[in-house]
Amino acid sequence: MTVIADIPDAPRAARRPQIGNPVLRWLRTNLFSSIPNGILTVVLLAVLAKGIFSFVQWGIANAVWLTPANDSSPCRAVRGLGACWAIIPEKYRFILFGTYPFDEQWRPALSVLLFIALYFLSTRRALWRRELVLLWIGALALISVLMWGGVLGLSFVSQDRWGGLPVTLILATLGLAFGFPLGILVALGRRSKLPAIRSLSVLYVELIRGVPLVSLLFMASVMFPLFMPAGFNIDKLLRAQVAIILFAGAYLAEVIRGGLQAVPRGQYEAADALGLSYWRKHRLIVLPQAIRHVIPPLVNTFIAFFKDTSLVLIIGIFDLLTTAKTAIIDPAWQQFSVEVYIFVAAIYFMFCFAMSRYSRSLEATSGR
Amino acid sequence: MTTDTSRPPPRPRFFGAWGPRELKGLFWQVLVVAIVVGVVGFLWSNTVTNLSARRITTGFAFLGREAGMPIADSLLAYNPRDSYLWAFVVGVGNTLRIAVIGILLATIVGTLIGISRLSANWLLSRLAAVYVETLRDIPLLLQLLFWYVLMQALPAARAAWRPIEGVFLSNRGLILPAIPLGPPQLWVLGTAAFGLAAVYLIRRWLVAQQMRDGKPRPVWPFAVSLILGLPVVVSVLLRVSWTIEWPALRGFNFVGGLTLAPEYFALLIALVTYTSAFIAEIVRSGIQSVPRGQWDAANALGLRRSFMLRQIILPQALRVIVPPMTSQYLNLTKNSSLAVAIGYQDVVSIANTTLNQTGQAIEAIALIMAVFLTISLSISFFMNWYNSRIALVER
Repeated sequence: MTVIADIPDAPRAARRPQIGNPVLRWLRTNLFSSIPNGILTVVLLAVLAKGIFSFVQWGIANAVWLTPANDSSPCRAVRGLGACWAIIPEKYRFILFGTYPFDEQWRPALSVLLFIALYFLSTRRALWRRELVLLWIGALALISVLMWGGVLGLSFVSQDRWGGLPVTLILATLGLAFGFPLGILVALGRRSKLPAIRSLSVLYVELIRGVPLVSLLFMASVMFPLFMPAGFNIDKLLRAQVAIILFAGAYLAEVIRGGLQAVPRGQYEAADALGLSYWRKHRLIVLPQAIRHVIPPLVNTFIAFFKDTSLVLIIGIFDLLTTAKTAIIDPAWQQFSVEVYIFVAAIYFMFCFAMSRYSRSLEATSGR
Repeated sequence: MTTDTSRPPPRPRFFGAWGPRELKGLFWQVLVVAIVVGVVGFLWSNTVTNLSARRITTGFAFLGREAGMPIADSLLAYNPRDSYLWAFVVGVGNTLRIAVIGILLATIVGTLIGISRLSANWLLSRLAAVYVETLRDIPLLLQLLFWYVLMQALPAARAAWRPIEGVFLSNRGLILPAIPLGPPQLWVLGTAAFGLAAVYLIRRWLVAQQMRDGKPRPVWPFAVSLILGLPVVVSVLLRVSWTIEWPALRGFNFVGGLTLAPEYFALLIALVTYTSAFIAEIVRSGIQSVPRGQWDAANALGLRRSFMLRQIILPQALRVIVPPMTSQYLNLTKNSSLAVAIGYQDVVSIANTTLNQTGQAIEAIALIMAVFLTISLSISFFMNWYNSRIALVER
């Protein structure tokens, strides 16, 4: 059993001699406060040193960083001993942009940058105004022009050639952009006094949350064509996007419902006393407070959701994870999938870690 | 007594109790229900037309047909000549096998990591924090593929790693020594389970007695005799053998022992490590939610550390821990459906194969959803029951 820091341990603390040197004192309190703790520290240090040593040996010392184009022989020579980072410069264009026409790949690259700029601007509290929504709409329009082309002298690129990081960002961003209002409606429906609306909302949330996302995606890819009139067929990416929006809506609805519950009754009563209609009451008074209450869990839902878009791999949509998996089918490079997965994991990690840091900072400053 | 006289009695209205507000509510409900019914009806009629155009018969009759699909690794006995229905049942068995073991291990690992994050040892708490942050911010599917690739990159059976005597790790999976469980051994385990239940009831009774007269009555003699003693006696009387079967390499494969196939093992590692990162955070916040005063008070009473944790801290922490833990258990169970990506045949993977073989998309997906809804509802039912048992009773 490890020793828990929060347990006050007065007698032992008093016995502990105070040493002058701050470094020694820090070591003493944080690493060697007792004999079992000291032993633990030594064991952990040994394990850590071993781990770091073998990683450095594999990932840096014995690694192959560059090879002549499409030649994996230097990598094969060190197989098992060192990493083959050379596969990243070899394949990164495919991993990031899939089968998008090679000479046009500046367009998805620019779209990705636009997305990142949008995310960044949206985190600034000072910019949370109506103009931000307009900015979003404008930027999304620009991104669709960039991706599809066909106007302004850009050549047309059909949707089935899109792939990689832009697809992941599109699925996640549109999923949230449409899932969020849907979630608000469903959350309101779930708290409505009207029994039919309430039971439909409960049914929707419980059905979606009770089943795995994989089964919803199967539904979108296999059953959707059956649901539609003959001759009417929508794109596979769009079908997956619909499934993802429905999925996001159900999860966000539950978070928002929590926020609605946290708004004091007096606020509702005051709005009623002012004679506001149902929608004005919620739009002007209840929802702003409710959403402010749940910003940290909302960001956590966003993170979970961003990661979950990777599941479209299962129905064969070319998002970032699928392009990574496809990049290593190439027989010459097949054995170096670990390196590719680490590269892609780092990309996902950067996005999610930035979001979780942001959520942490919101929690610390959340407008009290 | 005169306050109410100033207000005139409400005028009788045309619609009786139906004011404009109720009418408006009714209007919205009728509208929404009409839209939902309309959309569902539209999709339904399209589906019926499409199915008849493609000559797909609906219904679950296909479940009786011979499945013909191989299932490599299963808990229940199966051969390809069995029916689709049995294949489904085998798939459900495999899903439960990964979910139950995964939940158990993830709880243990998560609790250890969560406690480590609060450790007074700086190094340990930092390492736990890195573990949590890293695993939480990488998609589970990516982690799953990563572990699966690592499993495949392991040496072949003949050059298997042997971290401990009797344990082999190779590209055939993880092979552990095991005790073969036949009916006699299961009978003995059954007796132990019976003993456990009996001790639970006896303990309740003893506590009730102590509540009455305040005299403590030890429960351990009952526990030792019923949970340990009884099975030992039964096992000696029936001459049940408990010899451990050690796996050994014969030719190109392993004989004996318990084999965890690479797909199962990769899925298990991925689910356990990923979920444990979330559980660690839940455990940490639960422990931190117990006010410091409780620690101080327990220390002031001079209670032993283990007693303090068990009787004072944990019961209070559990109240905060149980509800989010329930959703993690549900998530783990649902996430086990990612098995389809690496070819471990859980219920989703088997339904998917069925769908491809028979074209019965609606039925196959309905079955997946029914299975998961049942599992989800049972887990939340159980956890809600447990939660209501441990919840704070405010008087």
